[in-house]
Amino acid sequence: MSNTGIKANRPLSPHLQIYRWPITMTMSIAHRVTGFGLYVGMILLVWWLAAAAAGPRAFDFANAVLGSWLGLIVLFGFTWTLIHHTLGGIRHFVWDFGVGLDKPARDTLAWANIIGSVVLTVIVWGVWLVLR
Amino acid sequence: MTMQTPLRRVLHLGAAHDGTEHFWRQRLTGAATAILVIFFIGILMATVGQPHDHVVAVLRMPLVSASLALLIVVTAIHMQIGMQVIIEDYIQGSALKVVCLAANTFFCYAIAAVGLTAIVMIALGGPPPHG
Repeated sequence: MSNTGIKANRPLSPHLQIYRWPITMTMSIAHRVTGFGLYVGMILLVWWLAAAAAGPRAFDFANAVLGSWLGLIVLFGFTWTLIHHTLGGIRHFVWDFGVGLDKPARDTLAWANIIGSVVLTVIVWGVWLVLR
Repeated sequence: MTMQTPLRRVLHLGAAHDGTEHFWRQRLTGAATAILVIFFIGILMATVGQPHDHVVAVLRMPLVSASLALLIVVTAIHMQIGMQVIIEDYIQGSALKVVCLAANTFFCYAIAAVGLTAIVMIALGGPPPHG
């Protein structure tokens, strides 16, 4: 007995592409991608610390690499990634308490996460530039 | 009818023998890093781009060493669990998955080991000769 007809007519839950792309979906992916980026970025922090421990020569080299244009761009990206992932984590803590799960609230949280991370990154680098 | 109580079932935690430990530890380390990251950014702002003697002078301050060491350890745990979730989501097949999970653990512990060694070296004394 064939049941291909039944199979074809079986109701399926709609897959991702059926929905209009919501901002929360982007942010869910962004949280994972930024986490991945920080994972790799920890190599930079540990390298920088090891260079400082090794002595002035190794440290000057690390400083020169990180202080180059490419290095500064990477560091700026690392700062934004760190702040974005931190704010994203706080967003998850809010949800863990059962708050902010309805549509307007979760959209607001998502946008607050994006805008907050950019603003804080610019502030951090602004303060750094003023201090040095 | 079974004589098993629900508590017994909960304590055995099913076939996985494992419950919400990862979930909880990820939240705990996440909360810790959320606080430590404020110190971390402060430390970076006081050191990044500065000459070696200045950086070492800042990093060997006890509170700075302690908070950096704490950050490194807590972050290593946090990133190990996080990457494990990513591996379990995307890599099927037990052999490759086991290799990836092991590599993940090695990497995260290596980050912690090198980071802590560097912090201790900076805190306890000068650079090695011919550094």
